[in-house]
Amino acid sequence: MSATHTDLLADLLDGKHRALARVITKIENREPGYRELVSELHTHTGDAEIIGITGSPGAGKSTLVDKVANYYRERGETVGVIAIDPSSPFTGGAVLGDRIRMASNVGDMDVFFRSMSARGSLGGLSTATSDAVKALDAFGKDKIIVETVGAGQNEIDIVKTADTVAVLVPPESGDNVQMLKAGILEIADVFVVNKADLPGADRAVSDLTEMVHMRDGTPTPEFGDGVEGYDWEPPIVETIAKDGEGVTEFIEVLDEHHDLLESTGMLDAKTRTRYAEEIRALLREDANRLVASEIESRGGIAELVEAVFERETDPYSVADEVITPIEDCIHD
Amino acid sequence: MSADQEQQSIRCLVAKVGLDGHDRGAHVIARAFRDAGFEVIYSGLHNAPDEIVQAAVQEDVNVLGISILSGAHDTLVPKIVEGLKEYDAFDDTLILVGGVVPDDDKAELKELGVAEVFGPGTPMEETIEFVRENAPER
Repeated sequence: MSATHTDLLADLLDGKHRALARVITKIENREPGYRELVSELHTHTGDAEIIGITGSPGAGKSTLVDKVANYYRERGETVGVIAIDPSSPFTGGAVLGDRIRMASNVGDMDVFFRSMSARGSLGGLSTATSDAVKALDAFGKDKIIVETVGAGQNEIDIVKTADTVAVLVPPESGDNVQMLKAGILEIADVFVVNKADLPGADRAVSDLTEMVHMRDGTPTPEFGDGVEGYDWEPPIVETIAKDGEGVTEFIEVLDEHHDLLESTGMLDAKTRTRYAEEIRALLREDANRLVASEIESRGGIAELVEAVFERETDPYSVADEVITPIEDCIHD
Repeated sequence: MSADQEQQSIRCLVAKVGLDGHDRGAHVIARAFRDAGFEVIYSGLHNAPDEIVQAAVQEDVNVLGISILSGAHDTLVPKIVEGLKEYDAFDDTLILVGGVVPDDDKAELKELGVAEVFGPGTPMEETIEFVRENAPER
């Protein structure tokens, strides 16, 4: 690890906000050497409780996060927030506006709020998010809240990062057929019907209640053998985040869920599963790089495409040719 | 694109400070910066200097653009500069001021560490070009 990175890591562990901010920047930029930096962070992690908040755009995620962070602060806990907003598919630019809602925590450095652009990645979570969570964890934050892009029906990356996932459902979010669909509604550990003062909120609550009752127990994570007694039915909490109403109840549910995760061994199972995913993702990245350099050594993708275009060969054969030398190395 | 590739991006905080409710200009700038490929964090209205400092430090922005149309720049900007210094963030943050600033005050702001003051009617391309050329590396 370079000298600057060593200093930066020391400053981060020493509680310097500037260093934490800079480490996250390096992670986001995938600056050379950032992998060593994240490796070093790992031994210092494992103490934070990670909460994921997702839901459609305008559901009130940021406003709720603000109130929750404020509540934790009043309890004496420190908070890290990562809020992800979409980036332009054309210019890569982004307007990150979640910070505006953090009105309850201004001037309080112990709420470390970081806006991230999705930088083109799908699934609502920037690829750098889980590394940034590690930085906040190593820094010593008690609670880390990850707020996703308000994307919609397939916001499932978040389960891989968070211990507890809250899905915000606004009133008037469609009829009960929407509740039958797979995807976002399956990942919730708790449902929040926000803007509960608006018409349609009762309907949303009753539709969700019906859906929750039809659930067939919780799916077991990959490393879930040995977990016993984890029978959690996602509660439905009503909130009016802008007035702080229902926030206490919401946090009670989060605490209750975390206690159950811990006492049943589900927390460890989820963490193990998360590491497995992480190892696989890193290996996919590395394998992609190997393949990319193999393509380069064969004259680049354009040349391969040309041969396919001229009907001299086909995509399957090209793929076979490129992968064979790599395969040979592995089997040796 | 390989996931390991370095992905530098210019991050800008567009900040409104003080009792100044005019944010059309800030919105236009935020939008133009976005279209230039920057990541823009918008502060919203009526921020105190220490809120801006908190945001600039946590977001680790390369560029801090302060929009002040109230005439209170000579009290607000020094407080922000001071705050940034407190967190060792002053040296590698490009500070810009946008708004109506008399020439005498301009010189004073620049002495404080503001890189440039953009008055009304500045072409957007000029501001963007300035940011591209002067944004400190991360």
